[in-house]
Amino acid sequence: MKKITIPVLMMCVSLNAQNPSAKEIIEKVDKNMSADSRVFTSKMIIHNPRNTRTVESKSWNMGEKKSYTEYLSPPREQGTKMLKLEDQLWIFSPETDRIIQISGHMLRQSVMGSDLSYEDMMEDPHLLNHYTGSIDGEEKFGDRTCWIITLTANTPDVAYQTQKVWVDKDRFIPLKKELYAKSGVLLKRMELSDVKQIQGRWFPEKILFKDVLKEGDGTEFQIMEIEFNSKIPEYLFSKASLKK
Amino acid sequence: MKLLFKLAAKNLIGTGMRTWLNVIVLSFSFLIIIWHKGLLDGWDRQAKNETIRWETGGGQYWQSSYDPYDLFSLTEAHAKIPSAFDTLLFKGDIASVLITQGTIYPRGRIQSILIKGINSNQKLLRLPSSLFIQNSDEIPALIGRNTATDNGIKEGDLITLRWRDVHGTFDAGNIKVTGIFDTDVPTVDMGQVWVPLDRLQKMMDMPGEATIIVWNKEQKANVIADGWNFRSNEVLLKSITDLIKMKSIGGIVLYITLLSLAMLAIFDTQVLSIFRRQKEIGTYIALGMTRRQVVGLFTIEGSLNSVMAGLLAALYGIPLLALQAIHGMSMPGGTKGFGLAVADRIYPFYSLGLVVTTILLIMLITTIVSYLPSRRIAKMKPTEALRGKLQ
Repeated sequence: MKKITIPVLMMCVSLNAQNPSAKEIIEKVDKNMSADSRVFTSKMIIHNPRNTRTVESKSWNMGEKKSYTEYLSPPREQGTKMLKLEDQLWIFSPETDRIIQISGHMLRQSVMGSDLSYEDMMEDPHLLNHYTGSIDGEEKFGDRTCWIITLTANTPDVAYQTQKVWVDKDRFIPLKKELYAKSGVLLKRMELSDVKQIQGRWFPEKILFKDVLKEGDGTEFQIMEIEFNSKIPEYLFSKASLKK
Repeated sequence: MKLLFKLAAKNLIGTGMRTWLNVIVLSFSFLIIIWHKGLLDGWDRQAKNETIRWETGGGQYWQSSYDPYDLFSLTEAHAKIPSAFDTLLFKGDIASVLITQGTIYPRGRIQSILIKGINSNQKLLRLPSSLFIQNSDEIPALIGRNTATDNGIKEGDLITLRWRDVHGTFDAGNIKVTGIFDTDVPTVDMGQVWVPLDRLQKMMDMPGEATIIVWNKEQKANVIADGWNFRSNEVLLKSITDLIKMKSIGGIVLYITLLSLAMLAIFDTQVLSIFRRQKEIGTYIALGMTRRQVVGLFTIEGSLNSVMAGLLAALYGIPLLALQAIHGMSMPGGTKGFGLAVADRIYPFYSLGLVVTTILLIMLITTIVSYLPSRRIAKMKPTEALRGKLQ
């Protein structure tokens, strides 16, 4: 009896390892994508129907609630700083030497005409905190085999009620995301690429955001440098730091 | 006194061209002041009447968090409509409006807008809410002509609308433009989409809620509802009153310039008269007129300029002003962006009060200006004056 039970158990464990549950997959995705803190320099290339613009910035994120960003270029935007605490955002413009507050619906508005909202740009949400997942199947995305996972919001207060995520089976990295409205209308599509191993985790260095309701070729968000779990001084997340 | 008037009129007409030049300049001042003030009064009346018809009704009840100048307040500015309003709402005698922010995507472009829900059966405001035809999945919507033109929207167009519900979750759907309305009130047009109230309440997950309740003009606003504050038209139309007041103050510069020119001419004429008519002044006194009477004579002569100017202004001004009051004055394009009600044509409004006040004011100023140089007569020695000696 023992002889039969052990191989059967081992087979079950091995099968389970090959077919993890949606929760386990999301957990692993969160481990790769999120961190207690992140400091990164990025380039945002905005493809509008008429022109293409590039904006460079450096961001400091702490958890899901605190974020600070400073624009490095172009010269017109250089020195502009944004601070996001919970649902409130303050923007400092060096030209006017004033701080203006943005909150509520405005946070869902586009940043500098891009396909990213302030929320998309400055937040680092743990999917597991907000969503329950179900595996819909498998599909090849590029040359990678992915699980297709549908995420449904646990709480009513999330921006997107439903998300569809294509997760790389080997690296536990989302390679494609579709963000849906409550009514089921597709709002945004994201394609993540240039996946590299950084500080022991897989991370995509390039994300193509596309507001599907809007014309244009989307916005490329390219990470040039990133550091996870580094110490960020607390004073950075205060309004006083915006004018420094 | 009658003699003084007769004498003054005779002297004035006798002066000839100089008098007519003064009178013509002063008549222009009369006309332009009345026209300018009439235009502002007409604009004020039109703007207020239109805003009342389209937006404010007989005043509004605002949910206590609502601040029209702070878009952030919209997240909180909604509450259940108090039951005290139920009967009037059912009859359509008052209107309830729910306001939230959203985004439309006309022709693939992104445009932030205010979504306003209003009860379809309302008869209070001119907004054609009867055009909400709800027989399809699309959300029926009304859009003002300016918003439609700016975004290239036509009647029957389907446009994607994105909003977030009371919990902050994104939602989206198509609106069908069932009507495009023409209004002179930009605050119900610019950057706004009107949808049926019940539909918006459902979209936002805010059943039975509203942001403002528009009261009617016929009844006194006597409902006291917890969490709702009444705003009278005096408060709601203050921006129009302030703008007109500001424009009126700007107009004073014009009035002062015009009147200064006319008064300078009259003052000059008076000084010249006293200088050149010393023998005449001496004769008047020698014949028994007191110095005061002679001062009065010269003052009346000067002030008669304004009477003649008034008559002349009436002669050519009444037809001109009446013509404009009928046909109005077309306003330049782009004035809609001011945020205040500006009609395509402004019809000046000349009230009796305006005309009488202007006439009295100009006559008073002319009399004062005429009197000032005449005071010198009182210091004259009649014997010297008779000899025509300069004093």
